[in-house]
Amino acid sequence: MAIMFTALSIDMPMRPWRLSGTVYGTLLNHAPALASLGDAANAAPYKAAPKAPVLFVKPRNTLLAPGQPVCAPDGDGVWQVGVSLGIVIGRTACRVAESAANSVIAGYTMVVDFSLPHESFYRPSVRFKARDGSCALGPRVASLAELPEPDNLAITVTVDGAITQQASTANMIRPVARLLADVTDFMTLAPGDVLMLGVPHGAPITRAGQRIRAEIAGIGAWETVVAAATAQEAA
Amino acid sequence: MRTARVAYGGAIHTAYPHERGVQLADGRALAEADVVWLPPFEVGTIIALGLNYSDHVKELSKELTITTKDEPLVFLKGPGAVIGHRGFTRRPAGVSFMHYECELAVVIGKPAHKVRAVDAMQHVAGYTVCNDYAIRDYLENWYRPNLRVKNRDTGTVLGPWLVDAEDVPHPHDLALRTLVNGNVTQQGHTGNMINDIPALIEYLSDFMTLAPGDVILTGTPEGVVNVNVGDEVVTEIDGIGRLVNTIVGDEAFGR
Repeated sequence: MAIMFTALSIDMPMRPWRLSGTVYGTLLNHAPALASLGDAANAAPYKAAPKAPVLFVKPRNTLLAPGQPVCAPDGDGVWQVGVSLGIVIGRTACRVAESAANSVIAGYTMVVDFSLPHESFYRPSVRFKARDGSCALGPRVASLAELPEPDNLAITVTVDGAITQQASTANMIRPVARLLADVTDFMTLAPGDVLMLGVPHGAPITRAGQRIRAEIAGIGAWETVVAAATAQEAA
Repeated sequence: MRTARVAYGGAIHTAYPHERGVQLADGRALAEADVVWLPPFEVGTIIALGLNYSDHVKELSKELTITTKDEPLVFLKGPGAVIGHRGFTRRPAGVSFMHYECELAVVIGKPAHKVRAVDAMQHVAGYTVCNDYAIRDYLENWYRPNLRVKNRDTGTVLGPWLVDAEDVPHPHDLALRTLVNGNVTQQGHTGNMINDIPALIEYLSDFMTLAPGDVILTGTPEGVVNVNVGDEVVTEIDGIGRLVNTIVGDEAFGR
């Protein structure tokens, strides 16, 4: 059995020096992702487009340790690989004004969020996003000085060497500062917490045996081969 | 044994029941109101159940699209929402329906990975009471229940005691109730859970390894009503504890 929370040991050369292990996800923040739903966003069961940020939790059992492989779900299952900018909190963030966002941000990392593909966003099962070892953080935390424009960073995902997604952190319904303001209006984020900005539309699907490489310009790349689930069982 | 975590005299202490209120591990006996009550254990992943009591499902049936035959309706919460016994929960100005939920909280003691229901109870360290507030004004139909409804600062109250599992031989035979300003507004029985504790541990541990300190909030029965600023809300479960919380307004938070 594997329980490893050592994903928190990634290089973080600024306050608070380490991640807390709490990771919040943001969904449907990428304007084309919401637009792809078309009229369905206003029809049942949703009835209206989202007003507040659509959020979820990646619990601590999902965090992959450096070098630990991601395992295909249930042996022959597929993952949807969502690559997002991770906003790393530097100071307690409660009711942060948009204009003050940088005062509570330590820097940025990459979150690779492995989900079971699902069609309905109404009340998806927690199984889709909370499986063991379904969240990679890293490879490091880049400082604010390094990334003065977090809302325009290239995201590239390759599967077996072929580019399957070319996107960016732009085109978000809520850019970094606005998202942080709206989220911290009702939930305080602690130093070391990570808030995903949102996965761009068109996240690729992968299966066991495939090599994934995810990169956000200015932060770095993360690469792994999707292992068969048996590797996870044996771990 | 039942234990609490309290702050007193500049330190955090383990505390035990005492005829005067609580007794710290170092011997000091104190009144209940003289200590600050923290959640009674170091809280890990917070796993919450929606609609896990048959009577509550019936109560909400007009707005439901699920049936009791579907898989357990589970959602996760973050650590920032949690407060302890005798704490204060904020009711934002202008909302029309904020309600408590009295729930049996099951605290994991031993890691659980693909555990069968028949073996599940060995992984339980103990139990406490949870009052998990919701503000239904903020309900949206995306990834329900959305965090703005269920994961608010001060919205998840835990305590006062962590009661060891061996002292609760029948966790599915407990009466629970909520009192608002002394009037009983919610009554239920843990025997009416749709998915009982072993079933929940089997279900969850199949895909997510449960670790010590993780807590399963097992859902609430029917009888949720609106609460207002100034209300004292007591959620209690026989044999587990009596958890007190007070609703406060925006001004307490400088809003």
